[in-house]
Amino acid sequence: MIEPNNKGFYGEYGGAYIPEMLIPNIEELRAKYLDILNSESFRKEYHLLLCDYAGRPSPLFKAERLSAKYNANIWLKREDLNHTGSHKLNNTIGQILLAREMGRKRIIAETGAGQHGVATATVCALMGLDCVVYMGATDIERQAPNVARMRMLGAEVRPATSGNKTLKDATNEALRDWIANPLDTFYLIGSVVGPHPYPDMVARLQAIISSEIKEQLKSKIGTNLPDYVIACVGGGSNAAGSFYHFLEDESVKLIGTEAAGLGVNSGETAASMACGDKGIIHGSMTYLMQSDDGQITEPYSISAGLDYPGIGPLHAFLKDSKRADYMPITDDEALDAVMELTRLEGIIPALESAHALAVLPKLKLKTSDHVVVTVSGRGDKDMKTYMERFNL
Amino acid sequence: MNRLNSLFANKKDLLSIYFTAGFPRLDDTVPILKALETSGVDFVEIGMPFSDPLADGPVIQKSSTTALENGMSLTVLFKQLENVRREVSMPIVLMGYLNPVLRFGVERFLDKCKETGVDGVILPDLPFEMYREQYSHLFEERGISNTFLITPQTPPDRVRLLDENTTGFLYMVSSAAVTGAKTGLNQFQIDYFTRIRDMELKSPKMVGFGISNQESFSEVCKYANGAIVGSAFIRMIENSNNIAEDIDGFICSLKPRND
Repeated sequence: MIEPNNKGFYGEYGGAYIPEMLIPNIEELRAKYLDILNSESFRKEYHLLLCDYAGRPSPLFKAERLSAKYNANIWLKREDLNHTGSHKLNNTIGQILLAREMGRKRIIAETGAGQHGVATATVCALMGLDCVVYMGATDIERQAPNVARMRMLGAEVRPATSGNKTLKDATNEALRDWIANPLDTFYLIGSVVGPHPYPDMVARLQAIISSEIKEQLKSKIGTNLPDYVIACVGGGSNAAGSFYHFLEDESVKLIGTEAAGLGVNSGETAASMACGDKGIIHGSMTYLMQSDDGQITEPYSISAGLDYPGIGPLHAFLKDSKRADYMPITDDEALDAVMELTRLEGIIPALESAHALAVLPKLKLKTSDHVVVTVSGRGDKDMKTYMERFNL
Repeated sequence: MNRLNSLFANKKDLLSIYFTAGFPRLDDTVPILKALETSGVDFVEIGMPFSDPLADGPVIQKSSTTALENGMSLTVLFKQLENVRREVSMPIVLMGYLNPVLRFGVERFLDKCKETGVDGVILPDLPFEMYREQYSHLFEERGISNTFLITPQTPPDRVRLLDENTTGFLYMVSSAAVTGAKTGLNQFQIDYFTRIRDMELKSPKMVGFGISNQESFSEVCKYANGAIVGSAFIRMIENSNNIAEDIDGFICSLKPRND
């Protein structure tokens, strides 16, 4: 397991670069999160909800026709079958229990594709807590079904109208809300980003993914170690969860795929690893797309969930230490992968997850290889894009 | 002792103005500085615009976006300030976010501050602990003051810690809110100002965030060394056709001159 030091740094990445206004809240969370997460009562309730409410464990499915095509054993970790349609619920169930334990009555969140917003609105409905979700105005437009779901669940969806009006801007607005409402509010961050302790806390709450993969592989093939684990990265929470329990198993190749948009050299991209360098975004030192003057560059991806100019600090550390490889996937490659999985396996994936699947043709696989790809979410929310792109 | 320290030692009821460099037009920075000095402002914070100013409200956000579109950067700003000390004698503080300063190079940034005659720096997203470990000696070597923020939620022992370690002043966030969010003082704020005043801190205190008229300015001067006005000034200057005249009128409305 790779944990940050007591100041929240993975090597030189992470930390908590936050204004004084946020320090009391962050400090309280830092002081309490490990005790709460490790307590018997939390673990019991968290696992009960994951099982009976979210529907875990999520299946590990042997994709036979995909395996035949790529001449290897391809396994799909079906996070898309979680309640609400993505891996995001693993994290929101954990954080809502934490928020309740800390006595907070009002929950705020940021969302890109809307999956984290829906997962947050869902657990707020479950617990009877007020919920405000910040979402970029561009994303509100392109992810309309999720906006309606959040409203139906009782959340208020507030548009972020600065910058490109996407995930980065929604995160800025959520942080401003927390500054303005320091007493009763809990900020439920959706990815392994933000100031310490969020990256570590969210990674721990998503670690259930790799924990299950290990158990499931053991019972299916007799070993708990695959040759590859592949997941997409926007902020990087499903990848952090998919990698977590494999980090010390050096034989397992870990691959994260980031959104290249129209291409890493096109200027229209969200590939923060390929195009970025060290800088601070949302309170964390990490890889960041930025100008020569240190202004954060507006990202672009067809996938709202990956349309973010930074990356969780854990991934920045894994990249530099070469424990994981990160590969850029373009919009078109992702769309090809959407149709391929749909036609070969009868599974319509989310655009985000398609960025993970799209790496398969780029790997030199052996017939004996066992490859686990995390399908982080389902494609229902992307039907508008699919209808346009596939002339449906 | 730099200009800032001398000012606090010799004068009270200080009025400070925050404005964004390169706004409303790229070359307005120095004319605004001169007009502010002429109209009797005691010192200024010049905002270094950032793409993602997460501690600022909509007015300052918008001015930052415009300034960046105008071409403002640290390189441009230091060029504009190259000869400013021939014309402006009040203390100048630069305020902004850490990432552009890191990109520019912290030592190079502080060298440029010293060269141009900048007296202090406020970087709200550089937490005190990190400042102390990594950067305090660089500031001290060059005689550049650093300023920390305190809020109604800052625990008393942390207020003491920040007080002992600031070399400029304590920036009292008047309500736990992003800039430009409130008008007038409420009982909660008065209780907070009283509590801080009664701690008898060593550092000067300036109240910022939410000061927009003469009434709130003179009220906070009872508890602190003065106040900082930002969003209200930026709103005014955005619509101004005659910077010098409008600035004079605005400053007079906050702090009427005796003469």
